[in-house]
Amino acid sequence: MKKVSASKVIIYLILIIWAVTTIFPFLWILNNSFKPSAEVLRSSFLLPQEFTLENYQTAFGRLNVLNAYKQSFLISGTVTVGVMVLSSMMAFGLSRYRFKGKKFVHSLIVASLMFPVFATIIPVYRMIVSWGLLSKNIAVILPQIAGNLSFATIVMLGFIQSISVEMEEAAYMEGANVFRVFGQIIVPLCRPSLATVAIFSFLWSYNDLFVQKVMMRDNTKYPVCRLLEEISSQYGTDFGLMAASVTIIVVPVMIVYILLQKNIIKGLTAGAIKG
Amino acid sequence: MLYRKKWPLLIFLVPGLLFMLMFLYLPFVENIKNSFYDMNAVVKMPGTEWDFIGLENYKKLFTDTDVRVALINSLKMMIVTVIFEVGIAFVLAVLVSQIKRGQQLFRTVFFFPVVISATAIGLMFSLFYNYNGGMLNQILAYFGKDPVLWLSPERAFTMLAIPTVWSYIGFYFVILLTGLSDIPDDIYEAAAIDGCGKFKQVFYITLPMMKTVFFTSVTLAVTGALKVFDLPWVIAPNGAPQGLTHFLGTYMYQQTYGLNNYDYGSTLAVLIVILGVAVSRCIGFLTEEKDEKSKRK
Repeated sequence: MKKVSASKVIIYLILIIWAVTTIFPFLWILNNSFKPSAEVLRSSFLLPQEFTLENYQTAFGRLNVLNAYKQSFLISGTVTVGVMVLSSMMAFGLSRYRFKGKKFVHSLIVASLMFPVFATIIPVYRMIVSWGLLSKNIAVILPQIAGNLSFATIVMLGFIQSISVEMEEAAYMEGANVFRVFGQIIVPLCRPSLATVAIFSFLWSYNDLFVQKVMMRDNTKYPVCRLLEEISSQYGTDFGLMAASVTIIVVPVMIVYILLQKNIIKGLTAGAIKG
Repeated sequence: MLYRKKWPLLIFLVPGLLFMLMFLYLPFVENIKNSFYDMNAVVKMPGTEWDFIGLENYKKLFTDTDVRVALINSLKMMIVTVIFEVGIAFVLAVLVSQIKRGQQLFRTVFFFPVVISATAIGLMFSLFYNYNGGMLNQILAYFGKDPVLWLSPERAFTMLAIPTVWSYIGFYFVILLTGLSDIPDDIYEAAAIDGCGKFKQVFYITLPMMKTVFFTSVTLAVTGALKVFDLPWVIAPNGAPQGLTHFLGTYMYQQTYGLNNYDYGSTLAVLIVILGVAVSRCIGFLTEEKDEKSKRK
């Protein structure tokens, strides 16, 4: 018995060390966000001697982080809703109907998983510019919906295929048409996989700097990641402000993560396990 | 019966497909076409034409030393992510699967950096690496050592690889842990009865049983490494220092939007696609090969 507990101790020790490396950087940032920059330079590991909220005032006031939040929620919220609607419709059509070219459509969707954003961004940018939509939220929304759609459809397809058709047939006997069947039977049954789709669409969109960087050129309209990058290049030496900015960005995500962690972990690793 | 009438299918399929056609397939094809032209602007001015230059851009790939640096960095990043990201994740997953208490807590903690944007993580690490009073140099100063230029030409790649790997270990950890829990317990019990120790069990049961999960993880890690952009861009913008930390993605961005060299950017994007397909094919091929060998045994 003693030997077993010794190995358990080592296991816990290693796991705790790794957990510390994951958590500590964020705590360090949080701690330093309450210090003036000069103090961060001197003693970043101690608790603040001169407790200050100045960094946060600058971030909310001069840099208008709140506006970036608003932008990000508008953009990522729209992307999420768009992806949910379109992917569930496509998955429903693909799983319930037999038609010519079904296999082809399916393989098209699978193939588009291999398209990195780099391979489509220049022509998409050209379209956005020629439509005069550059720096408008829609310029980020459109390519992000398209980018998430194929994966979302595959996740939804897997789920809808596992639902048996009997209930739908019964509803049809009762006089419901296809659209009511979709809206009142399929969609409610799909809630768990819709949640998965919603979570990864939102997070991917929210965290994606690349598309924001290409499409948003007006600094009053920056979403969160783009603003953060701007802060880093302009105020890179103001350690206190940088720490506060990171904290402002991380804390809401952390709260949501703690509340929904099981769903989020499932959402982000979905599909990966199925292969 | 319900699905015999076909016309509603159009309503379900067309909006999504149209979207993908407009923003994925057509741009994808257009991008390939663009790489053969000399694009003087991203939108054609009325009355002007782009010159067809054939393989000129592709020839340039071979003489451009910066693209070689970016390519090597991207390939190095793939190797690093496979070895360390998947490797450390596997070790952690095996360890967590051995314990009963606190599994959920470790899952939550390990996964946390995955949900944080690479931009925020990049910003955080640039505070660690800063020469004047960054976190690492403060530690060195505490021990009476001279400060180190962490993002020097020799060190920069490693310093970018660390946060990239660190932030995503939790992701592979969860995938591998799920794979581990799918292995039935009685196999281990039978092995234990036959006198197979814990360590041996990992090699003779766990690793072979996890082949498909490893395959997915490695493929995801490699294609993920090819897509890195946000993190290196925030820590070392424009491949600083001297373009040495460019990856294919960041180099493509700089050529396209920094230098307005749209056609060369398109060519680089094609290179990224080809590399991605080639590498995932290779991984598929390697794992199939192994399958056949083990079958022959």
